[in-house]
Amino acid sequence: MKNFAQLIKTLDSTNKTTTKVQALANYFSVATDKDKVWTIAILSHRRPPRPVNTTLLRKWASELANIPLWLFEESYHIVGDLAETIALVVPATKSSTEKTLTQFLEEMIALKKKTDEQKKAYLFENWKILDYYERFVFTKLITGGFRIGVSQKLMTRALAKSTAIDQDILAYKLMGNWNPDKITFQQLILEENESDYLSKPYPFYLAYPIENEIANLGDINLWSAEHKWDGIRSQTIIRNNELFIWSRGEELVTDKYPEFQALVDTIPNGTVIDAEILPFPNGQIGTFNDLQSRIGRKTISKNLLQKVPVILKAYDLLEWKGEDIRNRPFSYRRDLLEKVVKSAALNVLQLSKTMYCNSWEEVAKEREQSREVHSEGLMLKRKDSPYLVGRKKGDWWKWKVDPLTIDGVLTYAMRGHGRRSNLFTDYTFALWKENEKGEKELVTFAKAYSGLTDAEFRKIDNWIKKNTLERFGPVRSVTPHHVFEIAFEGIALSSRHKSGVATRFPRILRWRKDKSIHEANSISDLKQMII
Amino acid sequence: MKTPLLEFTSKGIYCSIAKVYLDPWKPVDKAIISHGHADHSRWGHKAYITHHRNVPIILHRLGEINVSGKEWGETFFINNVKFSLHPAGHIIGSSQIRVEHKGEVWVFTGDYKVQDDGISTPYEPIKCNTFITECTFGLPAFKWVAQKEVFENINRWWSENKSEGKTSILFGYSLGKAQRLLKYLETDIGKIYTHGAIENMTQVLRPLIDFPKTTLITRDTKKEELLGNIVLAPPSAHGSTWIRKMVPYVTASASGWMTFRGARRRRAIDKGFVLSDHCDWQGLLNSIEATGAEKIICTHGYTEIFSRYLQEQGYDARTEETQYEGELNELNPTSKEEVEA
Repeated sequence: MKNFAQLIKTLDSTNKTTTKVQALANYFSVATDKDKVWTIAILSHRRPPRPVNTTLLRKWASELANIPLWLFEESYHIVGDLAETIALVVPATKSSTEKTLTQFLEEMIALKKKTDEQKKAYLFENWKILDYYERFVFTKLITGGFRIGVSQKLMTRALAKSTAIDQDILAYKLMGNWNPDKITFQQLILEENESDYLSKPYPFYLAYPIENEIANLGDINLWSAEHKWDGIRSQTIIRNNELFIWSRGEELVTDKYPEFQALVDTIPNGTVIDAEILPFPNGQIGTFNDLQSRIGRKTISKNLLQKVPVILKAYDLLEWKGEDIRNRPFSYRRDLLEKVVKSAALNVLQLSKTMYCNSWEEVAKEREQSREVHSEGLMLKRKDSPYLVGRKKGDWWKWKVDPLTIDGVLTYAMRGHGRRSNLFTDYTFALWKENEKGEKELVTFAKAYSGLTDAEFRKIDNWIKKNTLERFGPVRSVTPHHVFEIAFEGIALSSRHKSGVATRFPRILRWRKDKSIHEANSISDLKQMII
Repeated sequence: MKTPLLEFTSKGIYCSIAKVYLDPWKPVDKAIISHGHADHSRWGHKAYITHHRNVPIILHRLGEINVSGKEWGETFFINNVKFSLHPAGHIIGSSQIRVEHKGEVWVFTGDYKVQDDGISTPYEPIKCNTFITECTFGLPAFKWVAQKEVFENINRWWSENKSEGKTSILFGYSLGKAQRLLKYLETDIGKIYTHGAIENMTQVLRPLIDFPKTTLITRDTKKEELLGNIVLAPPSAHGSTWIRKMVPYVTASASGWMTFRGARRRRAIDKGFVLSDHCDWQGLLNSIEATGAEKIICTHGYTEIFSRYLQEQGYDARTEETQYEGELNELNPTSKEEVEA
């Protein structure tokens, strides 16, 4: 545990990628195999299920700290991280432990089945024997989510450095379902094991936004254009008469989309398709907002299946007849894909159509039409490109439509988390609306917490602290005064939102210091943007 | 209802019987000043009364002013109100202000800490009926460790940077924190360089305290001569061109806010040392108890939270708006350091 806590501390205290890779590589070269597997699991979001819920954690931590629960909650809002708050408020010790990371995680797995009294005793015992940073890491292991700026890519890089195995191969080995409690480092990283590969997805190839003038991409005939769909990027695997659907977040979502079971009967084994899961209400592609109702659901009711059916928009073929064809040119994979989709002849499996354009001007025109078909813009892919691993520049580009924008008034603010802890950076914005009496009032329409510089955030934070009207726990209402231009990708009617409208990816485009609140937009301006 | 001995007005904390203000934020005729930080000692009053160790500080900061210095515990009467100054332990020359009239005693802390830093006269609890306290760090998340341990860590950090051939840059307020850091840096490790704001303030304080030798960084200072040595700089210098010329360097900040991981990461500082000139949570609670006061007024910091907790503990506690910088300070670019620099 000491080594692991030290690793986390080092990773957390530097912004430099090289230092992080070096710290990880050093750790991988000294840690035991078992600890290594757990470290890989934790840094790739495969921690064991949370053994104690956060309500109990808060309650017990405030009890050990001898403070009322409300005071613990207030402290948490300011510190901005639950594990950090707990580590800070419980009595300080300087002792340390020889227990390994693996021991702790095995204890945590066992803990899940124990009684509340046993859980409490376990937490108290460990909070009392660990020093501050170990206590923080220990609690973080329970609450989950180490957001310390270590991407899976970075971890894979470090692992490649210490094992001398190629990064792309490692990325593939780490995909899919594996249980850190059962698998050894040998099995996970070092061995070749065919049977494990049944459900294993390929690492997704991701595109960067286009940087330069579109014409700089060169000869149009070398490129293929299609819509960039706004659903869930997924990989559909058919092997050994079984269907596996993976989301981009490496979550197995097969059970959430029963519509796709039909694929097993019509598509041959040894096929892997890269496709977008899209909502298809009333026989048309819907908005991401439609899909929202399907996402978090564990059980899918018949009613919901009828209301928001889904389809797969297929755009690439990664495996065919059991052969990995990612290194073949895109045009080859694409031709095969068209045949597969055609012969499957299923309503739920549609092709993402290639656009036939003779010039970049025509491509640009197509892009302008994107919103009408509920796409986010275009994807441009070189016809001779292989299917790469991770986010790479050059062969694939995304060319999104320009965002929609509207001027909203800042009405509420909340403190941020992580590096924004204790700073008001999470904002709520409102637009004007006329009420029954014909008076104009501000109605909340979106929350946003990105898009400003650190300096701007500090200025607004300062202003918020001086212009607070009311406090509601962590949230403060502020004097309506500042106007911000808010950008968003999509828009749809929504009964779940006070304004009646849901916006997609709202973020702050700029601070409109030149505008007074009376010059901000209205809800009806917003509704006019809905197609 | 009779007028309270001290009132919170738009100009500052006011004693109407004596017609005198404590740490006012608008120009007044007569002001008693707790300490030299900019939010407590402002420009423009006709007469200043403060501890004599604070006199050179505010003369340096405010220029030609009419100021008289007092000893610790020396009593002086203004219109039958009895005043005296008592050590607050915050920075050199920082005082609590005791106000007594007809047997009723109020104490205003200004800023204070209970830990003895070895350069500020140590804090003394004063018995009173009403205690006006700051609570900059009035949350149970704040717990200070002994400064000896912090300075061991700071000196170790400096040594490690030196062995890697890098310049160490340590941020702290030019008044107070910088001198506290300076006092305990190990001069065996290397030379101590200073930013102008810190050098000037330190020169003012040298007649009062014995400090290690410092070298002012000037336009002629070569960056090669800084390698392996330490630079004391105010927080506002972070990210400036003045700093960028010193590569290769490593930065650290010494502040109570460094308790939070987010605070250090946000400012992109390499290392954070938790070292504060304010009370931590337990320090606040202990000192309040030691005053025996039944009424507590919280002026700046996490006032709402802290006074609610005190109420639950049976105190008659409330908050008052002031213009002292609690929640805003240290993390904020518009705080006192930039006003000073």
